[in-house]
Amino acid sequence: MTKSELIDALASKQTQLKYSDIELAVKTMLEHMANTLANGERIEIRGFGSFSLHYRPPRIGRNPKTGEQVSLPGKYVPHFKPGKELRERVNASMQNGKVSS
Amino acid sequence: MALTKADMAEMLFEELGLNKREAKELVEMFFAEIRAALSSGEQVKLSGFGNFDLRDKNQRPGRNPKTGEEIPISARRVVTFKPGQKLKTRVEAYAGSNE
Repeated sequence: MTKSELIDALASKQTQLKYSDIELAVKTMLEHMANTLANGERIEIRGFGSFSLHYRPPRIGRNPKTGEQVSLPGKYVPHFKPGKELRERVNASMQNGKVSS
Repeated sequence: MALTKADMAEMLFEELGLNKREAKELVEMFFAEIRAALSSGEQVKLSGFGNFDLRDKNQRPGRNPKTGEEIPISARRVVTFKPGQKLKTRVEAYAGSNE
């Protein structure tokens, strides 16, 4: 499912809002979530999961082309931990066949 | 403090002028829809944010860390989140408290 398919699904399930309102709302929600993480804050959605940042310490890397050593600074990466309800539902779906995209 | 569904609904009310009930419902539906897709075995790709992928894990041996007793960890399906390049770049720029 892509973002536009998600917008379509939401639009078909609810009658009060115009398609363009839902489209803007979905983009705004994702933007708000990204901003939150970019500010170093967590996201906690009950029944779905939480997003936080994990720290990666500085390390010595290597340019794969030249073999030259480069020092890479520490950084943060986004991390998602599925909530209990999502974990259980997803796991239950394994009985119903293969993963599809 | 962490961002919650209530914060997101408030933001839709303030920034887009949805009424409070519509805003709350839409936030609920947004996450419910993603969860439903994943629960039906479908990957979810939100460009600019990231992908929620599904992985099937085989059974593997595990151990109760308290008692040391060996117990198999059953085969299962799990959700993994792979952040998109745009989100990764934005988060990387966060200076944080460790620096």
